[in-house]
Amino acid sequence: MTESQVQPWADHIFQVLTDYKVRQVAYVPDAGHARLIQMCRESGQLITVPLTTEEEGVALICGAWLGGHKGVLLMQSSGVGNCINMLTLPRVCQIPLLMLVTMRGDWGEFNPWQIPMGQIAEKALSLAGVLTFYVHDLCGVKDAAEAAARMAFEGSAQTAVLLSQRILGAKTFGR
Amino acid sequence: MDRHGSIHHQLRRRHVVKALLRDRGKSLVVAGLGAAAWDVTAAGDVSLNFPLWGAMGGAVPVGLGLALAQPARRVLVITGDGEMLMGLGSLATVAVERPVNLVIVVLDNECYGETGMQPTHTADGVDLSAIAASAGIPISETIRDDDALQSALPRIHRIDGPAFFNIKVRSENLPLVLPPKNGAYLKDRFRLALLGSDATNR
Repeated sequence: MTESQVQPWADHIFQVLTDYKVRQVAYVPDAGHARLIQMCRESGQLITVPLTTEEEGVALICGAWLGGHKGVLLMQSSGVGNCINMLTLPRVCQIPLLMLVTMRGDWGEFNPWQIPMGQIAEKALSLAGVLTFYVHDLCGVKDAAEAAARMAFEGSAQTAVLLSQRILGAKTFGR
Repeated sequence: MDRHGSIHHQLRRRHVVKALLRDRGKSLVVAGLGAAAWDVTAAGDVSLNFPLWGAMGGAVPVGLGLALAQPARRVLVITGDGEMLMGLGSLATVAVERPVNLVIVVLDNECYGETGMQPTHTADGVDLSAIAASAGIPISETIRDDDALQSALPRIHRIDGPAFFNIKVRSENLPLVLPPKNGAYLKDRFRLALLGSDATNR
């Protein structure tokens, strides 16, 4: 299989980032985001910032916006919990924030340690005031990314697209 | 070990910040929550300050995102030791990105001033400038007296960073000088001052 067959949603999301003139991409790596991260790093147009923890990315994107750059934050669902208090910053300051979350623990998960955070990721984001777009099939990715980007960058909202394991394929460690 | 903050340190935080911001030129300033934000405001509540009232641990990454977006401007992050301790990982991220226009200044009074002067880890010897240096920030110093401060001030405004200065300051309760509290206002006035009409288009 070619790379685009492995993670075809990456092209759709990358197109949305390009359309909205996103300049900074902050991320904690996840297997589900591997291709998108690679595309961003190789684009030559984007500043890509690997983080030590996801909440750093929330603050970084806010700083980018202060300086006139749009930003996006990529993470796995386990990183959602790390962001909660820092989400105060874009909420109170009405700073656009687009989060792209690859899910663990929502569909066919084999690792019990991924299930608790995966099961509450969307609720936790909602409680923190983030608008969520939970996508369960491939054909919905582009529309969700587009809607979330528009509501963030034009609606000054904090938005998250959650990509289900149903799309990503559940990790098995080869079993 | 002094368990109630560093009353023995010579430097006074308001004096340090006033001296630091006197020659700020076009620098952009991010202030960490609590006393650091009050110190920055005491030196002048201006549009190109972005004082945080919360988001503890976020001052350095806010400064990093800003520095990456505005490479022609110097960005000063001024924060406290407690706030810095909550976001130590961000020093590693700064070291990886290496923005030459970013300078981090920690006002290290070795205690949590807003919550009752409980000691922070720096009171027990945790060395923030050593942590920054170990993370890979190329310039990292601890400043303990006025001579060192006077020699550092011009460098803070001119050197190629990223740079980290941990300034040991006396633990003291000072009159509150509060910046505006409305985050949307702080953000809009900052962007308007920095970006002009571009800021309001979107």
